[in-house]
Amino acid sequence: MVLNQISVFLENKAGRLADATAAIAGAGVNVRAISIADTADFGILRVIVDDPVKALDALARSGFTTRTADVLSLEIADRPGALAEVLAAFKETGVNIEYLYASLEKNADKAVVIFKVEDVRRGLEIARQRGLTQAGSF
Amino acid sequence: MKYWDERVETMGRAELEAIQLERLRATAARALLTPFYRPLLEKAGVTGPESIRTLADISKLPFTSKDDLRRAYPFGLLASPRSDLVRLHASSGTTGTPTVIYQTRGDLERWTDYMARSLTAAGATSEDVFQNMMTYGLFTGGLGLHQGAERVGMMVIPAGPGNVGRQLKFMKDFGTTAVHATPSFMLHFHSKMAEEGYSRSDLVLKRAFCGAEPYSEDTRAKIEGLLGIDVYNSYGLSEMNGPGLAFECVHKCGMHVWEDGFLLEVIDPDTGLPVPDGEKGELVFTILCREAMPLLRYRTHDISSVIPGKCACGRTHRRIARITGRTDDMLIVNGVNVFPSQIEEVLMRMPEVGTNWLIVVSKDGALDRLTVKTEVQPSMFTDDSRPLNALKDRVKEKLQACISIGARVELHEPGSLPVSEGKAKRVVDERPKF
Repeated sequence: MVLNQISVFLENKAGRLADATAAIAGAGVNVRAISIADTADFGILRVIVDDPVKALDALARSGFTTRTADVLSLEIADRPGALAEVLAAFKETGVNIEYLYASLEKNADKAVVIFKVEDVRRGLEIARQRGLTQAGSF
Repeated sequence: MKYWDERVETMGRAELEAIQLERLRATAARALLTPFYRPLLEKAGVTGPESIRTLADISKLPFTSKDDLRRAYPFGLLASPRSDLVRLHASSGTTGTPTVIYQTRGDLERWTDYMARSLTAAGATSEDVFQNMMTYGLFTGGLGLHQGAERVGMMVIPAGPGNVGRQLKFMKDFGTTAVHATPSFMLHFHSKMAEEGYSRSDLVLKRAFCGAEPYSEDTRAKIEGLLGIDVYNSYGLSEMNGPGLAFECVHKCGMHVWEDGFLLEVIDPDTGLPVPDGEKGELVFTILCREAMPLLRYRTHDISSVIPGKCACGRTHRRIARITGRTDDMLIVNGVNVFPSQIEEVLMRMPEVGTNWLIVVSKDGALDRLTVKTEVQPSMFTDDSRPLNALKDRVKEKLQACISIGARVELHEPGSLPVSEGKAKRVVDERPKF
């Protein structure tokens, strides 16, 4: 399914990540997936939360610069080659992946993977056609 | 050889001052030929050389600032036909407009001669092999010493700065005895020697001429001790041709100002009035040896003092103490002059970066490091680091083009740097103070 991801601009300063997660926690919002991309002096924190509106509001009140983006979340079987099959399907159909990361879902035989694709509608369509199970609502 | 021009270097003060007066009158007359000075001088009642009767009459002449050079850009201070010019040098101005200095063939001759006088005073002779590790180009430091060393008859290796490995190879293979560099480069050079596979015994280095940035007596002692050489201080600024304005003799007790070519005043920067010898003040110079571009009472913003008394070398030209500070906010980073306003101008022209910024100057080993921190506009943040990295590179390029040295650029979150209202501190200098 398509989820709303929140990105937070973090400069490389001690405690900045802690501050951002504390802001989300303070609003009583639960983080379901998290990833950090970093460069030499800043990072981008990406989170999937159970209440994006509340999280965005809390982050803004704490002075963070944020953006939202639609991402695809797919359940991938926990066996060798499962992720490769999904990626092959995207490759064949020309769905470009910008980045992906795994979520924190507690599911023994499935992994929930978050895909940031160029064209999220097309990605969703391919996933449906190929019978890839979509992760349920967080 | 002890002196380059013994008669002039050791002449009595009365004779020296007579030369100064004659040349000051000629300089005032040349200044009247320039579109910039003419109205100022006429307003001050200076209509020709006859208006200057004694050296004290210099107080009739207007001060000149770096801003005046910008206002007169490009030719407003020119007193010679353009066809007579043979050289142009420039230093970065406080903003995008550089300050430009012109030389005729005669000016270049005289500059070279003052430079030869300086190097000779510091003990150099035609036997020396001179490796010039200072920047060439528009900056006057490289070519100034180059010309002077050639005139003395040294073999000159125009190595330019950087690349310690290659510097060491040349020094060893060609028997370099004298070098010219910033003090921080000398320390950096020493710290890399072992790493490059050289030891002191590979070199026959005897002396270094150091300038372009302020440093302490302790640092001089450190360089001398580490390398087993003598270090001599040089002081100059492009407005006064460059190096060859004031230089230490072998006694290393202050820099002799070549007073037959440069009229020195030390003033209280607030009142503009002279302070007595021995007291600190702002150095002000009138160039007496340049026809193409006269400059009257140029405010250097450098703080120093005249050292009273005679020097053991026998020269009668007064000495100034090492520079202890500035009356403005100019920074000297690895020998290059940088004004915070230049950096501000670059940043303010880029709509992607925010209005808040901070300059940090620190030490990276022996060398200086300039870091420019700036906030990015929130709209620049798009969940993709590539536009931010591209922005960072663009800021770097624009800064390099403006201040001609590399700066580290850091992008910061909106609202994280001190706000620009009021007296926000824009510069943090973490380097040790002298």
